[in-house]
Amino acid sequence: MNKNQISRILLPLVALAALSGCSGIEPWVKPYERDRLADPIMFLDMDPVSSAYIYHVYEAREGARGGEGTAGGGCGCN
Amino acid sequence: MKVRAAERELREEAAAAISPDERMKIMLPAIPGQSPMQKPVRRPAMRSIASLFVAAVFAMCQNTLASVLPEDRADFLYHRYEGGGVTIDGPSILIRKSVGNSLSLAANYYVDMVSSASIDVITTASPYTEERTQYSLSADYLRGNTTMSASYTSSVESDFDANTYHLSVSQDMFSQLTTLTLSYSFGDDTVRRVDDPTFFRDNIRQHYGIGLTQIVTRNLITALNIEVITDEGFLNNPYRAVRFADPDSPIGYSFEPELYPGTRTTNAVGIRAKYYLSYRAALETQYRYFTDTWGIESHTGSVGYVHPWRDFIFSAKYRFHTQTGADFYRDIFSRSEATNFRARDKELSALTSQTFKVSVAYEFLPRGWGFIDKGTVNASLDYLIIDYDNFNDLSTGALLGSEPLYQLKANVVQVFFSFWY
Repeated sequence: MNKNQISRILLPLVALAALSGCSGIEPWVKPYERDRLADPIMFLDMDPVSSAYIYHVYEAREGARGGEGTAGGGCGCN
Repeated sequence: MKVRAAERELREEAAAAISPDERMKIMLPAIPGQSPMQKPVRRPAMRSIASLFVAAVFAMCQNTLASVLPEDRADFLYHRYEGGGVTIDGPSILIRKSVGNSLSLAANYYVDMVSSASIDVITTASPYTEERTQYSLSADYLRGNTTMSASYTSSVESDFDANTYHLSVSQDMFSQLTTLTLSYSFGDDTVRRVDDPTFFRDNIRQHYGIGLTQIVTRNLITALNIEVITDEGFLNNPYRAVRFADPDSPIGYSFEPELYPGTRTTNAVGIRAKYYLSYRAALETQYRYFTDTWGIESHTGSVGYVHPWRDFIFSAKYRFHTQTGADFYRDIFSRSEATNFRARDKELSALTSQTFKVSVAYEFLPRGWGFIDKGTVNASLDYLIIDYDNFNDLSTGALLGSEPLYQLKANVVQVFFSFWY
């Protein structure tokens, strides 16, 4: 992915994000309807310290990286 | 009617202060089986200098909705990886504390104690032990619906140092149904050799990330992550060797140092979704597509299930990963220096990886104790199986051409205590 491709993805998102700050969009899920989403079992990352560790294991044992979650430093190559 | 309208207004005001992020929590209504609420939290977000401009635009256009900082909590984790002749264990301690209403600080201390007699090591080197220590400091600053985060991470081991600087900006929008995160990090690594004090090589890493979290329905939350990572410098392992056919050798092959390209760019797009089931359980699925300039292409998917019962939360997950090999990877090269770049790192081979995970969390001190609001203890086991499509097991002593393919099996155990205060 070169810089032009990155720009093509970034610019519309930036424009969308910037405009959204000025608009008053009516939420289709009302704030008082978010009780289920607020349940801890619905957190996408229930334990950040634990998931950071397991993603580090995957990065060390597979050829792919990124796009799943956080990652630490260091090699852990062998 | 006035009372009902006032109640609804209060509920909306309370809930409006909540981030749609995965760390969000809500003040009302109470959830059956759930402990009293902690402070609302939000995921530390993004990174990118350009995004500071976006943040400025956001700041000018903000309405009265407000986001929240991460929770004050401490985690004490013990991790242990064991498999393929390698044992890695150690602690990880994370402590986070707010300062005032707009700033949250965090510090992390992490150690890997490595004892390695891996397939690479026993075929071309000698078993070894070493230790890696990592420190991280981070700060999250909240202004309106915008969270700005900065962190510094230092990782030190006997032959590899890494310094990483990270910036991110996260913005809640569309009445907090959507969270956009932009991130950037810069890494400066130094590679050394323990047997050669004059050996120093540099590596520069840069991460660019975009994350979008979206509430779709009252039962469904989704997330999209795009991450581009570039490396430039010395990217291969200074010890690892490739093997090549050598008719002068009694075993039919010899070894020479591997040689990687000096640059690498990787692209990853990940999507995930979590769905709330009517009997209070959750179903999660995730997919990632990955490609890079070394010729690796991969698909990774997972499904998970979370089921609370009394003060316990049980979860299970299956993850599948498959990838093609790097263009310059060979199990055996036809001759010495057969190609410009050469690798026999099994992680660059075509492979299939499967993980089976189970975990349980138990909440104690539900009513608090002293300054502690609550605590949990967690235990998890990941069973990892990797089948390599093009990496032969040389440790069996089989003749050249008849070696079996290598398979790695590993157990990853984590036990940790978390406290909220």
